[in-house]
Amino acid sequence: MARNVLLSVDVGVNLHSRACVALKRRHWMPSRRDFLKLAGAAPLSRVVSERLSPHPALNPPKSRAVLVRDAQLRQSGSAIDSTRLLAMLDRAVQALFDRDNPQEAWSQVVSRGERVGLKVNCLAGRGLSTNVALVDAVCERLQQVGIKDIVIWDRLNDDLESAHFKVKERGAGVRCFGNDSLGYEDELAVSGSVGSLLARTLTQVCDAVISLPVLKDHGITGVTMALKNMFGAIHNPNKYHLSAGDPYIADVNMLPPVRQKLRLHICDAITAQYEGGPSFMPQWTWPQNGLLVSRDPVALDQVGWQMIERKRSEKGLKPLRELKREPTYIATAADPNHRLGTNDVNRIEVVNA
Amino acid sequence: MTDQIEKIVSADDARSNSVGDRRSFLKAAALPCLAGCAGMIAGVQSLTPLQATESDAQFIQEAQFYEKKPYKKIQCKLCPRECVIDDRERGYCGVRENRGGTYYTLVHSRVVTAHIDPIEKKPFFHFLPGSMAFSIATAGCNVNCKMCQNWEISQVRPEQVRSTYAPPAKVAALARQNRCLVVAYTYSEPVIFYEYMVDTARAAHETNVRSAVVTGGYITEEPLKKLCKSVDAIKVDLKAYSEKFYKEVVNGELKHVLNALVLMRKQGMWTEIVYLVVPTLNDSDAEFQALARWIKTDLGPDVPVHFSRFHPEYLLKNLPPTPLATLERAKAAADAEGLHYAYIGNVPGHPAESTYCPRCRKVVVERTGYTIGAIRIKNGMCSYCQRPIAGVWGV
Repeated sequence: MARNVLLSVDVGVNLHSRACVALKRRHWMPSRRDFLKLAGAAPLSRVVSERLSPHPALNPPKSRAVLVRDAQLRQSGSAIDSTRLLAMLDRAVQALFDRDNPQEAWSQVVSRGERVGLKVNCLAGRGLSTNVALVDAVCERLQQVGIKDIVIWDRLNDDLESAHFKVKERGAGVRCFGNDSLGYEDELAVSGSVGSLLARTLTQVCDAVISLPVLKDHGITGVTMALKNMFGAIHNPNKYHLSAGDPYIADVNMLPPVRQKLRLHICDAITAQYEGGPSFMPQWTWPQNGLLVSRDPVALDQVGWQMIERKRSEKGLKPLRELKREPTYIATAADPNHRLGTNDVNRIEVVNA
Repeated sequence: MTDQIEKIVSADDARSNSVGDRRSFLKAAALPCLAGCAGMIAGVQSLTPLQATESDAQFIQEAQFYEKKPYKKIQCKLCPRECVIDDRERGYCGVRENRGGTYYTLVHSRVVTAHIDPIEKKPFFHFLPGSMAFSIATAGCNVNCKMCQNWEISQVRPEQVRSTYAPPAKVAALARQNRCLVVAYTYSEPVIFYEYMVDTARAAHETNVRSAVVTGGYITEEPLKKLCKSVDAIKVDLKAYSEKFYKEVVNGELKHVLNALVLMRKQGMWTEIVYLVVPTLNDSDAEFQALARWIKTDLGPDVPVHFSRFHPEYLLKNLPPTPLATLERAKAAADAEGLHYAYIGNVPGHPAESTYCPRCRKVVVERTGYTIGAIRIKNGMCSYCQRPIAGVWGV
């Protein structure tokens, strides 16, 4: 069995390792060491999936990331026009799923009766958190497709309140609370370099999760958007900022409940920040007045990262790489050990809607 | 069985759901060493729910050892990580928070577990043998060892475990009241509750109670010097003698721990070392030999070193307990290098639990587990041959 699988690697995968040489030996039988080498070079899951899919290497599916903007989004002053915001959200989701109306599009995300969590990002307080108006718009559309049980959640009730969400732990309809309300699982969830207790809101309350991060710079990890937003689902994010969050951020997203329940990423780019994050630093924000939406968190982060780099360049700031905070975790999330999405710009279809 | 009882109590209590419930109380009371303090600061943690039982305000003090930076950032100077922390964020330890450009400890007097233990359990073998230690911890740690036995309290934030308000004077009084000669700062990582530790050590000294620190030694020079003026003994968990292990298993750097150990000795601090021998990861002859050589050269042959048995825990459950032969190999390497006091830990009844005179080789302190037999040291010297035996043998 092992030999068959390995031989299929030789045919279907371009290996450049010493193990490849070993495969070409006449009458070669794999030793245990050879087998392990090969398993490291090309995970068997990939081998098997490539055998089952016709010409996968020739026609890999693209990930779509939708960018929407509305220059008129803000009314006089800084207040957001909720009608225009809802329309912008509709354009984004319809473009993402190629649907003609929002209900059809949202039906691709959730199923009637599911309990849906909206993971917002409120660490930076009112100035640079997921906008309440955006969450309201998402809730409206979810309810229209039969979702009755919605939970807006983040790490702490205090954080939610600082972003002007109203904590509501009980009752019907839309609830809102932090991880401090329900606590964490008792058993460690382990993936790669990460060992964490997962928030019960994620594991026990939600059937599906929609992530709503903010487009912003991060002083340690470079940027923080879809992938890093899930640090809010673990009890010990402070342990995983080493090495600019690489590979920890990717590993957190590999934890089965995270990976299995995430359905959609809606990055709030109404106000974005290109320097000084994750705290709110108004001098480094810009009114992007937009949303960045994808089902692929890696693609979303890749596109968002480049938006921040462009803005940094425009403002005369150094690229993140020169500051030793290039978000390499994005590439790690796309690597063969994670496969959370793609960071290959040739495989990301950016749609301006 | 180093810290075995802590382990049992921590693990059990972390899974219980309430502070001081009847089950927890009975568990605690069933432990003979706890009989004196159960109900006062019962060692109870819970990850559910995550609300502290007391007002947070009483646990919060401005931290020592940090620098203010532009844009409300701060840089912590307590441990070698020197975390740069944004407003509303915490450092790696999870117990110090930047609030508007001022840095605060969130764990002053915020005790998550307290027990009365034999000092041998820390382990200190050359510091007041046979005495009892009033042992306390707060949540948090500045490393993240994959083999941590107390991760339920060390790898969580203070608001994620039940805690009790225990100001320094109260701890000192309880220690005295329970006839403990020592307050031990242990279980998690006392460096991260530095301010509380130093304040408690001062309060304890006022009641003639000593202070002993059980630490990973991940601390910078200035705070360590100040600490050495406040406490009486430090035991360092030297996790390995390789940077690779520190990087991959501890999430830290060895060089800082070695520097701290040298500084402790220079400050005249009574210092012991525990080396937890983890199968396949830090158990090579070469590493044992290099470690022993470094201890002898840089710290001196009188620093006791305890080679302790590993048990599968936390993120290293895939490895077996350390074979006895490996521990004996480690001790043999230390003996061969000329270290005077090499012990084997977590193996109750092993002859290498006892202290032997380096000259006449007779047993001067008999130990079985945490139980002390005869002590044949008089005025700091071997009763048989009068050779000095390094340590602190009386108050």
